[in-house]
Amino acid sequence: MHDGIGRPTVAVWKFASCDGCQLSLLSAEDELLRIAEEVHIAYFLEATREVVEGPYDLSLVEGSITTPDDAERIRHVRDISTTLITIGACATAGGIQALRNFGDLDAFRSLVYARPEVVASLADSTAIAEHVPVDLELRGCPIETDQLVEVISAVLAGRKPVTPTHSVCVECKLRGNVCVAVADGTPCLGPVTQAGCGARCPAFARGCYGCFGPTESPNPASLSAWLEEQFGVDHPELLRLYRTFNADAPAFRSESRRHEEVAP
Amino acid sequence: MTTLELPTRGELTGRPYQVSTVRHQTHDVVTIDVRPEQDPIAFQPGQFDMVYVYGVGEAAISISSDPATPGLLSHTIRAVGWVTKALNQLQPGATIAIRGPYGRPWPLEQAQGRDLVIVAGGIGLAPVRPAIVQALHQRERFGRVVLLVGARSPRDLVFRDDLDRWNADRGIDVHATVDSAVRGWTDHVGVVTTLIPRVPFDPENAVVLACGPEVMMRATARSMQARGVPAERIHVTLERNMKCGVGTCGHCQLGPLFLCRDGPVFAWPEVADLLEVREL
Amino acid sequence: MAGPQLGGAAVMAVDELDTLILALRADGYRVVGPTIRDGTIVHADLERSSDLPQGWTDEQGPGTYRARSVDGDAQFSYAVGPSSPKEELFPPRQRLWTATSDGDASFQVVEEVRETPRIAFLGLRGCELAAIAIQDRVFLRGSYQDEVYAANRSDTLLIAVECGSPGGTCFCASMGTGPRVDDGADLILTELLDGDPRFLVRVGSDTGAALLERLTHREASAADLDAREQVVTAAAAMMGRTLDTDGLHDLLLDNLDHPRWDTVADRCLACTNCTLVCPTCFCSTIEDTTDLRGEKAYRDRRWDSCFGLEFSHATPASVRTSTKARYRQWMTHKLATWIDQFGTSGCVGCGRCITWCPVGIDITEEAAAIRRASDPTPADLPVPPTGAR
Repeated sequence: MHDGIGRPTVAVWKFASCDGCQLSLLSAEDELLRIAEEVHIAYFLEATREVVEGPYDLSLVEGSITTPDDAERIRHVRDISTTLITIGACATAGGIQALRNFGDLDAFRSLVYARPEVVASLADSTAIAEHVPVDLELRGCPIETDQLVEVISAVLAGRKPVTPTHSVCVECKLRGNVCVAVADGTPCLGPVTQAGCGARCPAFARGCYGCFGPTESPNPASLSAWLEEQFGVDHPELLRLYRTFNADAPAFRSESRRHEEVAP
Repeated sequence: MTTLELPTRGELTGRPYQVSTVRHQTHDVVTIDVRPEQDPIAFQPGQFDMVYVYGVGEAAISISSDPATPGLLSHTIRAVGWVTKALNQLQPGATIAIRGPYGRPWPLEQAQGRDLVIVAGGIGLAPVRPAIVQALHQRERFGRVVLLVGARSPRDLVFRDDLDRWNADRGIDVHATVDSAVRGWTDHVGVVTTLIPRVPFDPENAVVLACGPEVMMRATARSMQARGVPAERIHVTLERNMKCGVGTCGHCQLGPLFLCRDGPVFAWPEVADLLEVREL
Repeated sequence: MAGPQLGGAAVMAVDELDTLILALRADGYRVVGPTIRDGTIVHADLERSSDLPQGWTDEQGPGTYRARSVDGDAQFSYAVGPSSPKEELFPPRQRLWTATSDGDASFQVVEEVRETPRIAFLGLRGCELAAIAIQDRVFLRGSYQDEVYAANRSDTLLIAVECGSPGGTCFCASMGTGPRVDDGADLILTELLDGDPRFLVRVGSDTGAALLERLTHREASAADLDAREQVVTAAAAMMGRTLDTDGLHDLLLDNLDHPRWDTVADRCLACTNCTLVCPTCFCSTIEDTTDLRGEKAYRDRRWDSCFGLEFSHATPASVRTSTKARYRQWMTHKLATWIDQFGTSGCVGCGRCITWCPVGIDITEEAAAIRRASDPTPADLPVPPTGAR
C-alpha cells in the first residue's frame, strides 16, 4: 500500500457536501505541502488529476450519505481503506442538508426540481458512521486545518490524536476569553458543543453556533431551560439554535425536536 | 517571605533507558527488560514507573523485576491502549524514558514470621512478582509462601517459566487455575478465588497480597476474611488513569486517595468501603 | 526615621498606588492586578494605577456577571472576576519538554527552560491569598515539588487589598478566608473611603517593609485602624452567600447516594467552567504530540477537569460516566476529601464557580440542600437568593 519511497497513501473522498472541508485543506498551503512530503496523496480529485489505485492507508471522507449510490460507494471506500477518518459536520452528523430529515423530502423535491422523478435521493441525510465503521471523526463546519494536521501527524506516529471531546468552554478558559453568556447575556452553545475551533466565535464576543456538534456528555435541555428563563429565548429560537450544521447529531436532534413540540 | 527553594529533582522528565530484551508472555503481553543509561535507581516491590515511548506517550506500569538488581528493570505490559500497544511493538535497542519509581510498596515486613499468600489474576502477577522474588531471596524470614495464580485460559498465564521453577525448587506452593477447562490442562479449573478455601496456610497468621481485576480483589478479600485472615493483613493494588504519578494531576483519585501517591498498594480496610461506591 | 516594620501599619494617599506600581516595575516585577477588559474585571499586567478599574463595580449572581461604572473615588470596589493568580502560577497550558529523534531507535529530551518571572500580584483579596496558600500545599508541600509551579511562584510578591465590596456569590466569611486579611501577603492594603480617600498599609514581610519605605506615608492613627475595622466588618456582613461548614466533611461523605446528586446532574452541563475558574482546582492532563515528520515530539500539560469524561478513563471505560458522579466528585473533593488530602478545604468562598456556571448552579445551595434533607430536625436555613436578575 505504501508508495515506492515508503510514504503511506492517502485518499480524500467527497460525498454530499459543500467541499468546504477539502477547501480548508487546500487553502492551508503550507500545511498541505508539508503533508504531501510525508504522505502520498494518491486520490484527491479536488487537488490533483493523478489517481493511484487503492487500497489506501488513510481515507479522509467529506460529506454525508444522501443517495443510494452514496450508500454503496462508502462501503467500497471502507473496504479499500486501512484507516477511515470522517471530516466535517456533513460526514460526522449529516450536515446542514440533514435539515431535510425534519421535513418532507417529496415536498422539497417537487418544489425544487423540474423533474423530481429523476432525482434519486434517500429520505435522510446521514452521517458516514451510520453506514460503515469509522476510526476517527473530525468535527466542524468546516474542519480546523490544525486538527487535520494533528490527526495526520498522530496517524503517522501511531499515537492518539489530541482532539478533545470536551466543551468549547475549556478553549475559552485556556485562551482567556471572558464568558459571553455570563458576562454579556449572549446565548452561547459553547457549554454543549465540542471543542476544536479554539473558541473562535466567543473570542469575537459572539455566542457559539455549535459548528463542532455535541460534546461527549451534552445536556442541551438544561442549557435551553436557562436560556429561556434568564435570556428570554423562546422555543422557535431555541429550535433554530440546535438545528444548524449538526442538526441531526443525536443530542441536538432530540433537543430541537423538543422545542418543535412545545413551539406554538 | 515568598522566596522558595527550587526543586532539585525533576519529576516532569524521564531518564533514558535502552531496551535489552523483549519477551512475549502471551499474544498481547510482553515483558520488556531495560537498562538505564545512568546509575540505576532502587525500587521496592509494588512500585510503578511512568514509561514514555517516543512520540506516542506515557503510561503507568508496575515494575515486574527483582528489586535486588535495579540495573535490570522489567515492565510487563498488556496491549490495551496506544502507549501499551507501542510498548508491545518495541524492539531491543530502542530507547524509552522512565520516571519513577513511584508509590507505596507491598508491606513485606508485615509478613515476616508469617505465612505469605499471594493471589494474582492474569497480568496481575506482574506487580506481585518483585514481592515473590524478594521473599524467595529471604525465604527463611517467612512461614509458608503460597502463590495462587489465575488466568482466563492457559495461554493467558504470564511468567510460566517462573511458575514452574518456583514450584519445583524454591519453597513456594504454586497453585494455578484457569477459568475454563481446555485440553492438556491438568491443574485446577475455576476462578482464582475458588482456590482460597482449599490451599494450606494459617489464616490467622497470614499476610495476603492480591493483584488483579477489581472484582477479583473484592472476592479475594471476602474469601480471605471468611477464612479468618484479618482485614488489615490483606493488601491489594489499585489502578486508575495516571498522568503525573506524584499526586498532582488528579486523575487517579478515589475518594480521599490519590492511588499514585497513597497507593497503589492499600490495606483492605483503607479501600473496602470506597470500592463499594459506584462511579466514585 | 525608619518606617513600620513587620506587623506595623501606615497610611498612604491614593496617588501612592502609582508610585507603588512604578517602584515594582523598576525592580523588574510584572505587576499583575485587576483591570477592565471585555466589560469584565480581569487580571492583567498593570503599567500605571490608571489601569485599575477605578470607578467600576460588579454585580454577580448565579450564572451572571455585569461590570458597571459608578461615581466615587473607590479603586477597589468590586469582587473577584473570572481570572485568578492560578493563571500565572499554574498556567492553562505549559510546554514541559521537546524531544528530538533522527528516526533511529533513540531520542533526546530537551527540557523547557524554566524562567522564574518576577510577578507582583496587586489587589489580592483574602480568598485569593487563601487560594495561593492551598495551591502551595498541593504543588510544593508534597513529596515532590512541581517544577513549573515552583518556578513561577519562587519570585512573587503578594500585595493584598482587603475586600470592602463582596459580591452576590461571595462567601469567604463562611470559609474563614476573608474579607479580613492579617497575614500571607507582603503588604496588606485597606481602602479607606471615610473622609480623605487613603490606604491603610500593613506590613506582612521584610520585603513589604522595604517597599513601604519607598512610598510616601505617615503613621497610622487609631482612627485609621478603626476605619479599617469598619470596612472589613461591614464587608463580612455583605456576603451574598453562606456555607455552613459545620460537619460538612462527614455530611457529604455520608450522603454519596443522596438524590440531590441526581437533581443537580439534571442541570449540570459538565462543561468544566466551575473547575477552570476555581482558583484552587489543580487537575491537569498531558498532551503528547509530534510534528508531521516525527522528528519532534512535544509534551504539554494543560488544565483538565473532573467534569470531563476522559478524565477518569480507565481501560476499558471511564469510571465516572454519569454527570452525577462527576459533580459529586468535584463537590465532595472540594469540600470534604480535600481536607483529608491537604488538611484544608479546597474552597475559599470566592463564588467564581457560582457566577461563571452557565446555568447558575450554586455550590452553597447544593450543600444546604443535602444538609436540609439529611437533618432530622432541619434548621430554618435561609434559601439563598436565586440570581441577580
